[in-house]
Amino acid sequence: MATKTIEQVESHFEMFQILDENGEVVNKDAMPDLSDEQLQEIMRRMVYTRIWDQRAISLNRQGRLGFYAPVAGQEASMIGSHYALEKEDWILPGYRDVPQVVWHGLPLYQAFLYSRGHFHGGQIPEGVNILPPQIIIGAQIVQAAGVALGLKRRHQDNVAITYTGDGGASQGDFYEGMNFAGAYEAPAIFVVQNNQFAISVPVEEQSAAKTIAQKAVAAGIHGVQVDGMDILAMYSVTETARKNALNGEPTLIESVCYRYGPHTMAGDDPTRYRTEELDNEWEKKDPLIRFRKFLEDKDLWNEDKENEVVDQAKADIKEAIKQADDTPKQKASDLIEIMYEKLPQNLQEQLEEYREKESK
Amino acid sequence: MAQMTMIQAITDAMRTELKNDENVLVYGEDVGQNGGVFRATEGLQDEFGEERVFDTPLAESGIGGLTLGLAVTGFRPVMEIQFFGFVFETMDEVVGQIARLRYRTGGKYGAPVTIRTPYGGGVKTPELHADSLEGIIAQSPGISVVIPSTPYDAKGLLISAIRSNDPVFYLEHMKLYRSFREEVPEEEYTVEIGKADVKREGKDVTLIAYGAMVHTCLKAADQLAEEGYEAEVVDLRTVSPVDMDTIIESVKKTNRAVMVQEAQRQAGVGSNVIADINERAILHLEAPVLRVAAPDTVFPFAAAEDVWLPNENDVIEKAKAVLNF
Repeated sequence: MATKTIEQVESHFEMFQILDENGEVVNKDAMPDLSDEQLQEIMRRMVYTRIWDQRAISLNRQGRLGFYAPVAGQEASMIGSHYALEKEDWILPGYRDVPQVVWHGLPLYQAFLYSRGHFHGGQIPEGVNILPPQIIIGAQIVQAAGVALGLKRRHQDNVAITYTGDGGASQGDFYEGMNFAGAYEAPAIFVVQNNQFAISVPVEEQSAAKTIAQKAVAAGIHGVQVDGMDILAMYSVTETARKNALNGEPTLIESVCYRYGPHTMAGDDPTRYRTEELDNEWEKKDPLIRFRKFLEDKDLWNEDKENEVVDQAKADIKEAIKQADDTPKQKASDLIEIMYEKLPQNLQEQLEEYREKESK
Repeated sequence: MAQMTMIQAITDAMRTELKNDENVLVYGEDVGQNGGVFRATEGLQDEFGEERVFDTPLAESGIGGLTLGLAVTGFRPVMEIQFFGFVFETMDEVVGQIARLRYRTGGKYGAPVTIRTPYGGGVKTPELHADSLEGIIAQSPGISVVIPSTPYDAKGLLISAIRSNDPVFYLEHMKLYRSFREEVPEEEYTVEIGKADVKREGKDVTLIAYGAMVHTCLKAADQLAEEGYEAEVVDLRTVSPVDMDTIIESVKKTNRAVMVQEAQRQAGVGSNVIADINERAILHLEAPVLRVAAPDTVFPFAAAEDVWLPNENDVIEKAKAVLNF
């Protein structure tokens, strides 16, 4: 009996796809209503993000960036879901989800400062509704329920979207966040980018559940599994999730994708836990290749357009690194000053002590 | 003026701030219609509605995350953890997230959050209800830790906590909830966070305490007075940050001090206070600063509370030891 129930539940979670690996539309009815310019824009963002990722890896190796979690392979998942949002929506990212917050308005040089561990990286500009990338796996998920309830209480037509990985779906906070949002009918979207490995642990070892999407059932919210290498599918499910969220129905989106690079640039070696065959298999599903082909077939993309984006990305990154380099270095006294609105006695004394040290 | 118990003063403070500021929200497990397991939120949902005072699902980490999310969308959350021992379930959201939000955003987002929770020995609760875990929170930068010992202080400190643009952990000693009444103004007033209070003046020895131990010290001081010693009792009221000015002023007058806490000895609030006294006033001391604290075991099973918790005889013994050093 129990087995049958699980099978029945799991049978509802087939992967949603619009564009297959060859760039062919396999689900015409589901095609999102995007103009030619919008289709070009999401391609532009994917190409830009891949160049930025390559540069970030190389800058990290040169010691010019700090903490960095590579994103190549996940561009459709990140950019497709983000493109379905409105400017006033809130993003609660995990540490890999820097592209979404930059496309939402965080200046690139601040993303670089975040990577270096400079506090100005977290000084989010006015009107950019994001929290800094979260390090603790799952902490942002329960917070997203809170942001969503706050938006609902303010009667704003906006949503909170949060991102984690396949490992994140094993955390208690993952369930608590979905459950709170469901109980409060709060406008939240939970995206799990299932890139197959939590550092080194394969997703099959995380849970007896065949899909992550089905975990939505236990929380009483919508759940959908989507081809995370297909930007049209990602956009489409997020757009639907956003509409549902505004009606008080949260959604869990499981985006099935792959990260080509290491977990982070801090010494992870994927050859210890992944085979070359698996890498090759996933690279055939590449989000840029299939969407490029789709656009070329419609005569919306060509090499010149691609090169234009590549040149722009390289120039922007150069400029952003320069701006990051020009940002004043942090002092211990700066860090004391950002602890509280009004410094307590102990920190006031310590501030004076450090200021004196720094003046020497 | 009205005669109020501490729990009435706490309810009154929340009512005051719910009236003053529509961004104030009060919530937690059983906080809504039930009015909280100790009735601290009694009547508040009826008065302010289910959007302002409400129940949460039973998950402390979820409550903590909810709080951070509500704070960044402009609310002023007052969240309840049903018993302090349950804080371990939400340690990340409290000290890893809420307490760090301002720092993490370079000063951009404050967390105007109040976390209320009952704690304290002497009422025979099951395990992980009564533990004095204030030292763990006090060690975390970015959050103040407030512990009132009287109804008057309870109201004024809670109003200050709710108005603070930085997070405040507000601890309510269960034994003090209904143990006595005192005059509490019906109108609003604040007691400043980070300021200690001399609850009894004396010239011979300073007894430093917080929470229920303030009353233990006051009893001890009564008995010491019968023997001719005038003890001064300093109520910390805030254990992070500690008001060292008031302590040092007292110690410079009495030249002797005993630190009294209900918590275990190791790495607690008292250790920090004594270290600071030594740094700032050692040449004024006529004797080492001694400590009254619980032993370094787990908080005891209910039937053993009486033999485990520090009492006034322990305070008198240490006070006499420093007086006769």
